[in-house]
Amino acid sequence: MAAVQGSIVDAKEEADIKSEPATDGFGNNHANEAGVLSASPGSSAAAGNNKPAAGAPEDQQTLLAVLQFLRKNKLSESAEILRREAGLPEEVLDPKGADSAGSGLGSGADIDGGDASALLSRVTVSAAGGAKAPTKAGEDQPDVNVVLSAYSQQGDPALYEVYYSGLKKFIESVLDCHRAELSQVFYPLFVHMYLELVYNNHEGEAKAFFEKFSGDQECYYEEDLRILSSLTKKEHMRGNETLLDFRTSKFVLRISRDSYQLLKRHLQERQNNQIWNIIQEHLYIDIFDGMPRSKSQIDAMSGSLAGEAKREANKAKVYYGLLKEPEIELPLDDEDEEAENEEGKPKKKKPKKDSTGSKSKKQDPNAPSQTRIPLPELKDSDKLDKIMYMKESTKRILVGADQLVAISFFFPSFSFFMSPLQGLTAVDVTDDSSLIAGGFADSTVRVWSVTPKKLRKVKTAADLNLIDKESDDVLERIMDDKTASESKCLYGHSGPVYGISFSPDRNYLLSCSEDATVRLWSLLTFTCLVGYKGHNYPVWDTQFSPYGYYFISGGHDRVARLWATDHHQPLRIFAGHLADVTCTRFHPNANYVATGSSDRTIRLWDVLTGNCVRIFTGHKGPIHALAFSPNGKFLASGATDGRVLLWDIGHGLMVGELKGHTECIYSLRFSRDGEILGSGSMDNTVRLWDAMKAFDDLETDDFTAATGHIHLQDNSQELLLGTYMTKSTPVVHLHFTRRNLLLAAGAYNP
Amino acid sequence: MADREERRFAEVSRDSVKLMAESTGVDLADDVAALLAEDVCYRLREAAQTSSQFMRHAKRRKLTVEDLNRALRWSRVEAVCGYGAQDALPFRSVKEGELFFVEDREINLIELALATNIPKGCAETMVRVNVAYLDGKGNVEPQGTVPTAVQTLSDDLLKYYQQITRAILGDDPHLMKMALLDLQSNSKIAALLPYFVYVISGVKSVSHDLEQLNRLLHMVKSLVQNPYLYLGSYVRSLVSSVMYCILEPLAASINPLNDHWTLRDYAALLLSHIFWTHGDLVSGLYHQILLSLQKVLSDPVRPLCSHYGAVVGLHALGWKAVERVLFPHLPAYWANLQAVLDDYSVSNAQVKADGHKVYGAILVAVERLLKMKAVSLSQSAEGGSSCQPGSGAGSAGYRVGSPGLSPPSEPLSEAVLGIASHLQAGGAGCPWEEWSPVPLPAMEARKDPLGPAANTDTARKMPQLTANLNISPRQDGSPRTDPPPPSLAATGAGRSLARSSSVQRSRSSSSRSGQRSASVSRDVFPKARFISPQSGPPAFSFVIGGRQMGRRCQGRRPFQTTFSSSSSLPANPPRAYAHKLPVIGRVGKPVRRWTCSHYSLYLPL
Repeated sequence: MAAVQGSIVDAKEEADIKSEPATDGFGNNHANEAGVLSASPGSSAAAGNNKPAAGAPEDQQTLLAVLQFLRKNKLSESAEILRREAGLPEEVLDPKGADSAGSGLGSGADIDGGDASALLSRVTVSAAGGAKAPTKAGEDQPDVNVVLSAYSQQGDPALYEVYYSGLKKFIESVLDCHRAELSQVFYPLFVHMYLELVYNNHEGEAKAFFEKFSGDQECYYEEDLRILSSLTKKEHMRGNETLLDFRTSKFVLRISRDSYQLLKRHLQERQNNQIWNIIQEHLYIDIFDGMPRSKSQIDAMSGSLAGEAKREANKAKVYYGLLKEPEIELPLDDEDEEAENEEGKPKKKKPKKDSTGSKSKKQDPNAPSQTRIPLPELKDSDKLDKIMYMKESTKRILVGADQLVAISFFFPSFSFFMSPLQGLTAVDVTDDSSLIAGGFADSTVRVWSVTPKKLRKVKTAADLNLIDKESDDVLERIMDDKTASESKCLYGHSGPVYGISFSPDRNYLLSCSEDATVRLWSLLTFTCLVGYKGHNYPVWDTQFSPYGYYFISGGHDRVARLWATDHHQPLRIFAGHLADVTCTRFHPNANYVATGSSDRTIRLWDVLTGNCVRIFTGHKGPIHALAFSPNGKFLASGATDGRVLLWDIGHGLMVGELKGHTECIYSLRFSRDGEILGSGSMDNTVRLWDAMKAFDDLETDDFTAATGHIHLQDNSQELLLGTYMTKSTPVVHLHFTRRNLLLAAGAYNP
Repeated sequence: MADREERRFAEVSRDSVKLMAESTGVDLADDVAALLAEDVCYRLREAAQTSSQFMRHAKRRKLTVEDLNRALRWSRVEAVCGYGAQDALPFRSVKEGELFFVEDREINLIELALATNIPKGCAETMVRVNVAYLDGKGNVEPQGTVPTAVQTLSDDLLKYYQQITRAILGDDPHLMKMALLDLQSNSKIAALLPYFVYVISGVKSVSHDLEQLNRLLHMVKSLVQNPYLYLGSYVRSLVSSVMYCILEPLAASINPLNDHWTLRDYAALLLSHIFWTHGDLVSGLYHQILLSLQKVLSDPVRPLCSHYGAVVGLHALGWKAVERVLFPHLPAYWANLQAVLDDYSVSNAQVKADGHKVYGAILVAVERLLKMKAVSLSQSAEGGSSCQPGSGAGSAGYRVGSPGLSPPSEPLSEAVLGIASHLQAGGAGCPWEEWSPVPLPAMEARKDPLGPAANTDTARKMPQLTANLNISPRQDGSPRTDPPPPSLAATGAGRSLARSSSVQRSRSSSSRSGQRSASVSRDVFPKARFISPQSGPPAFSFVIGGRQMGRRCQGRRPFQTTFSSSSSLPANPPRAYAHKLPVIGRVGKPVRRWTCSHYSLYLPL
């Protein structure tokens, strides 16, 4: 429901990130659509696959529709930019172009709370078919009609059951190796047939159909089936988000060529047009050559709202390497480290130095270029912090699986118990573990100092004038000791605070809330600096980039937005998810952003181009936790299904499944050296997993990157290093300190 | 599945819709109501679906009214007000109308506004740190392991550790106090805990040095009191060190000049402190402690100082522990002690002195038990008669009464009154007497020597504490002549009367000594037979008597304590232990056999 709101459309946004050319110089909502265009080639590609000839023109048609929309809303400047960028001739902006996308325009003018994906589908439908879309401009939700019109074709409702059971019989009779693959067709087919029945007002038949066949569906679709089952009237179909998802996105199936041929032959022999039409129109069948997949292979990858990811969706190159660390070898620091070195840690020191040394010498082939994304320059204080970090990391406890037992005494887990009264909803801990912040359901944000150093505000302007600015300790002098306290409360939101993130330099704090805003707070004055308005619905998560300056937010409007702290509007809008964006994480090199969604997929977005470069499917529930491994190669995700999945970003493959939690996983974190993965869950436990082993096993495996058919062994128990019960405290946040102590935070629920 | 789905949702029936419409004055046709009902159901499900999303993001398991209102608001529906209360709303029904409604009382705003008891503000949200030391398997640290990898400590910690241990074990008392104070409040010594525990476990090597032992115990105390330390299963290790100080025959105790008694007292206090504050960290700790105390107590070979430790330890752990462990052992143990105390040979002087220590400790422990028992019984009596069986069953080593038979209130209140009156009486004259309403073989036998002895010399009036907690069945107004428990209920004149009667009874019973007591008991309390023999002695009776001259002992006997035996006793405890006595008390001569010696405690002054 990325609302296209005409009211706050700004003509144009200076969206260049420093030196970057303004490739996405659109206003809020326009960028949204552009994001759809560029970010999800899937939709156009989907259409293109079935009707290869229609692909390129359709793209252009869509562009034209957008241009028309811009013009209609008197946003000529944006339209001009888009036209230039798209390389379209000047004349497309004249009314002639309007005809081709007229329907989209007509409805676009008066929708207020419409749906981005619906809009898209409307545009594509109208652009591609034109005649097929009976648009009634002026109706309250015309777009839905357009979407649903696809169901207008009418078969005999009584025959639906016959069709379906005929296909079922056929699939049950085929060879075992094909059966698993062909069974994938059941669910999308079932849904679409049911929706057709409902749309055509055959309520009784629809109910009977549902009752008869819903039990056959895979258990992980239960949530969706529940929504479907409550939907028995055409009127209810409007505004039902799940329904729109089914229609606007093609359900993707991966089927081997043999199985597909089998299915095709069967349907053609039987003249089973009803089913064949549905398959043609609503399903995208990704055919591959080779062995059919087994049931377990299919089950591992399916479960998402719109089927599996297409193979080509994960083909793009991802620069997952880390950026070169700036060289900040201060002579003083060197001595210090040297001294420490002599005291008996040459072993730990050496590889550290080697790694930094090699990084500084030659670029990691998988790393993006240093300037791919303009990053803020390091300040002196940042450098100091880096030095501190390097020093501390030499004292780090190695937490490999074998050492874990030996170092048991020094591997404590802290739990920060908070009063449950206000309802703790989000927690973040600074990188150096000196501050902890909590977001609460009563709209407040609280910051605590975990160290004896108290939180102090900067003095008032009048007092600041009195300070001798030349003195060495001016940074100390600007602080007002009278305001020192262990915790500060930040007021400003008007709804529960769902996400919270410290800036790397600890000067800022981000919080996002149900009130649809993201707020930036200063930790020097403890006041709100900016309220970023862009999401029109609750914002579920936000995070600062590892280099500061940028941040990402994602919310109920199904898009993730990239912001820079000094811009009041987003720089990028990542659209493509079919349901809420529930969690957002920056890649360690800041060039990519991962988003998890209620549509049970994870997407990786390129910050530079705004494209979606990876789609990971396999979770069976909304994703609530994401974590990148420190080396940037892997991604871990946790969902309400209680499973942690591990992904290889470079190959775009699922590489591991960690089972053990019994409830939703709310936090994931890799240890500083990437050897251990911690997962915190609603089931009041923290579990530690041997990430090193999980990833090592993989490399020795025969990597089936080409086909993308993974075969996961069930070794969760071997990888589980420990389960730690909390005192009835759902674990909301995990944090490894620089010395690899694990902090777990949650609200004590007596 | 469909059926299940259907049932999982809330359904609003057509009739409900009609009723609601009627309540707003609209008359609906059936088909309209049906349509509406269906739509309402759908909208409800939709709202529930959306609201669950808010719940998930708030990281809660419980769907709140707030969540639903948020969902409604975002779908542009007016929120439902007035249901945000934290506590559950009672759901009522009216039978006649088959109506269900939420009770919604009217609130007097004026009263609320002018109320003087303004509710206190909510507790401040706090960050509390709970540190858990874990091993690799997810368990809290296994007990007793002490790390050897000292080098993994940071320099500062190492230095701190050295300073502290030096200060505590050194000879500067001021420094020691500082160190202990710091140990008590330092929040950063978690990593050092195993080392300190290790140091403390060194008690075994300094058992000759009371001073050092004392210091180590103080160290334990500091560690235990440090709020920042999570002791985990180190508690076990600490407890074993403390137990060592309580129970072991320390090398220091060979020299009678060494005051190891104080050390044991202190250690016992510490033990109880550890137990009460950290007992929850280790499961079964209480039972382990009790077991080891019991073991020492029941081991006659142990020296008396160990026994003393066991008794004070039990005492420190509370009256329940005394009741559970000490009390059942007392009869057996008493025989040995008696033998020691009655040996007046010079060579036995030291042992006898020790024996008096133990005797005193037992007295203190038992007195506390009595008081607490009385209090608990009085509470249970106030709570109502139904509590009585519970209290009876709660006693471990003996039975206070047979629950099924005993009449609830009467005896209980008597007992309470009795105890109370005696406690209040303080120094009121009250010659020692002992009265047992429920005759048992052992008790009857015991009265033999004691009863007359007691009643002959009652020249000195001393405070007397008598507890008779017999709760025996005599509700039916059995034909007995004397008033019910005289020593308890009687005051003033009544008491003397009762006394005489009890004395009479004692005498009469004593005259019949040798008989099996069954007949006697029937004399006194015909109902006593309801107490089946196998269920153990149904009564327990303590008498801590006034001071008087003993008949057989040369010394004064200011207090006399009597304990009823439990039937589980060996029939011949004195004899059984007689041959062991030389070992226990190091008494050379054979023990004189006292038929009832294991029932009485004499503390000569």
